[in-house]
Amino acid sequence: MSAEVQNEMMRRGNREGSELFRKWFQGLNQASDEGKSAAYVFVMGSLAEILHAFDMPIVMPEITSLQTAVRRKSADLLNEAEDHGYSPDICGYVKADYAIQSRGGEHPLGRLPKPGLALLTNACNTYLKWGEMWGRMFDTPLFTLDIPGTRAKGTQSWPGDPQFETEKRYVRAQIDELIQTCEEITGKEFDIERLKQNLEYSNRMSAAWKGILECNKKGPAVFNALTDGTVYLSVNNVWRGTEEGAEYFERLLEEKRWMNENRIGAAKEERHRLAFIGVPCYPIFKEFSELFTDWGGVFVISTYLWFASGGNNLGVQYDLEDPLDSLAEVTLIHVRDAMDSMFHPEQVLLENLDDFGIEGVVYHPIKSCRTISTGLADNRRELMEKTDLPSLFIESDMMDKRVISVAQMKNRVDAFFEGIEMRKATRLQEAAQ
Amino acid sequence: MIHVAGVDVGSTQTKAVIIDEEGATLGRSLIDTGADVVKAAENSFALALGDAGLAPDDVSYVIGTGYGRYKVTFGDDQVTEISCHGRGAVHMFPGTRTVIDMGGQDTKAIAVSETGEIVDFCMNDKCAAGTGRFLGAASAALDIPLDDLGPTALRATKPVRISTTCTVFAETEILSWLGKGKKIEDILMGVHQSISSRSIGLLRRVGIDEEVSFTGGVARNLGMVHVLNENLELEMNVSEESHFMGALGAALYAMDRARSAQEAMA
Repeated sequence: MSAEVQNEMMRRGNREGSELFRKWFQGLNQASDEGKSAAYVFVMGSLAEILHAFDMPIVMPEITSLQTAVRRKSADLLNEAEDHGYSPDICGYVKADYAIQSRGGEHPLGRLPKPGLALLTNACNTYLKWGEMWGRMFDTPLFTLDIPGTRAKGTQSWPGDPQFETEKRYVRAQIDELIQTCEEITGKEFDIERLKQNLEYSNRMSAAWKGILECNKKGPAVFNALTDGTVYLSVNNVWRGTEEGAEYFERLLEEKRWMNENRIGAAKEERHRLAFIGVPCYPIFKEFSELFTDWGGVFVISTYLWFASGGNNLGVQYDLEDPLDSLAEVTLIHVRDAMDSMFHPEQVLLENLDDFGIEGVVYHPIKSCRTISTGLADNRRELMEKTDLPSLFIESDMMDKRVISVAQMKNRVDAFFEGIEMRKATRLQEAAQ
Repeated sequence: MIHVAGVDVGSTQTKAVIIDEEGATLGRSLIDTGADVVKAAENSFALALGDAGLAPDDVSYVIGTGYGRYKVTFGDDQVTEISCHGRGAVHMFPGTRTVIDMGGQDTKAIAVSETGEIVDFCMNDKCAAGTGRFLGAASAALDIPLDDLGPTALRATKPVRISTTCTVFAETEILSWLGKGKKIEDILMGVHQSISSRSIGLLRRVGIDEEVSFTGGVARNLGMVHVLNENLELEMNVSEESHFMGALGAALYAMDRARSAQEAMA
């Protein structure tokens, strides 16, 4: 295979992912131009398969907000929200979105349609407060999907347990109610065949995504979970339950398996295999990544790719013969698993350390999300008690550059790698003796 | 004989240390960093060379450390001050397992192994509360030279409680205590207690294993040594060299590299 073809194959997933992302945004822009509103949903419990069955454009405000940071446009938006009275301590995603909505949906990538329905889950308190904000701004109807038993650290009920069946019925009733709400908002009748089709696409996406994540078990790493992973994650969420999404992930799996087979790594240099815990630092996304890649550090695992993939990391399949009950069941499983990987990452990490050859763990709490950051110090202590892996704890933010000091961050990252390299050298010396 | 150097370009002061193969200090220097960081590194190195009676060519390897480590343009490599303070402290006090390094703009708690390997570390956040800068604010507010702060604080009989954790607001709080007629020594002891409290918080995060060594510029402050010892209920290792610990650690790393290079050539 020529170097050119090889290069094209290696970059395909990122290129096609970026194209799909732009296409999604173009669709939103078009909806806005046509005066249509959209369903605003979140990465955990989006129920996109139902919304697509009603042809509702889907805005994922976490993603549209973080894009403003990646494009270095978040500072003005945060200031605008704070000028309005929002506290510096409030979620940066919410504040950026407040400013976007105040500007009539104006976004660095186009114009967002107004929220015509807010579908929220209780996975995050901020989701509810965010929905209330749209309610005040636009009289947006709010639909809160109440997922029970999500904060239980692996002790939740699972399929087969009578308690689970009770909880499934509770979620199923809410799904039925959501369908009615969508019928009222769109004036369209629910078509279960379309739901089945969308669930089938999600099944394909989920199976492929699980396979892709596992491809990093074998070295060299076929993608950087921090950078490449974020591209894949965007597609995972905004094209969930679509043919485009299914095809994209199947092609991505093909690419990763090909890289595995040919022992081609994604990084120029892979010296240290790392795990990332938390949400990336979007305001300096490239620089942040380079702090690690400059030392040959590659993130082979990121908990972000688990908890923010809407449950697709599990590969659980919807039963197309019983789509509504299955949707309730899988939604319960997805949200519960996402909560565990967000709040108790050490559990899954400990199970995967050897398989992925992890040499160090980076914890990245973020100032404006207490939901995800509170508890990471405890998680780290637990990990340190159970393993002797080096770990780094650096705090910054996913939106707010004002609280980020690159020089301080670099100092800590450099010291972390110095420690890893010293440790490797000491062990080599001990082995030689 | 191999001679090597470590140059620690800190936010406030720049230190250079030259050592021999035994790890003995042959020369050292301490100057204010100022605005020209490159110049500070050069001047500090030149002064240390003069102190050791050596010429630049006599030094086979130089490592830069501190925030300005990449500005040690004549150096061979860079190592963070986190690693350097750990290494320097274990060299100076071999029983060291925990290091508290208090500098002009940051404070670090470092857990080290017996070989000087960094086990864990923790630093103050972007905010300068609990660092030497807090003392700088007190010095300015009370118009007392930095070197006199510690001895003055040690005369306190009824220390005040400084509630702010913000260096910017510290000055306002100090002035308000003055307005209430509190004695300067009592106010200053309150400042030292406040910094101690923040620093011990950092130490607890990495775990306080004895022996504890105190490094960095603030280690020269007898008041801070006293307060930390009292609050930690132990006697920290402190020496005249504590201020130079980062540069010393950098020099020790430089010696490792110089030896490796020599072995590779042999």
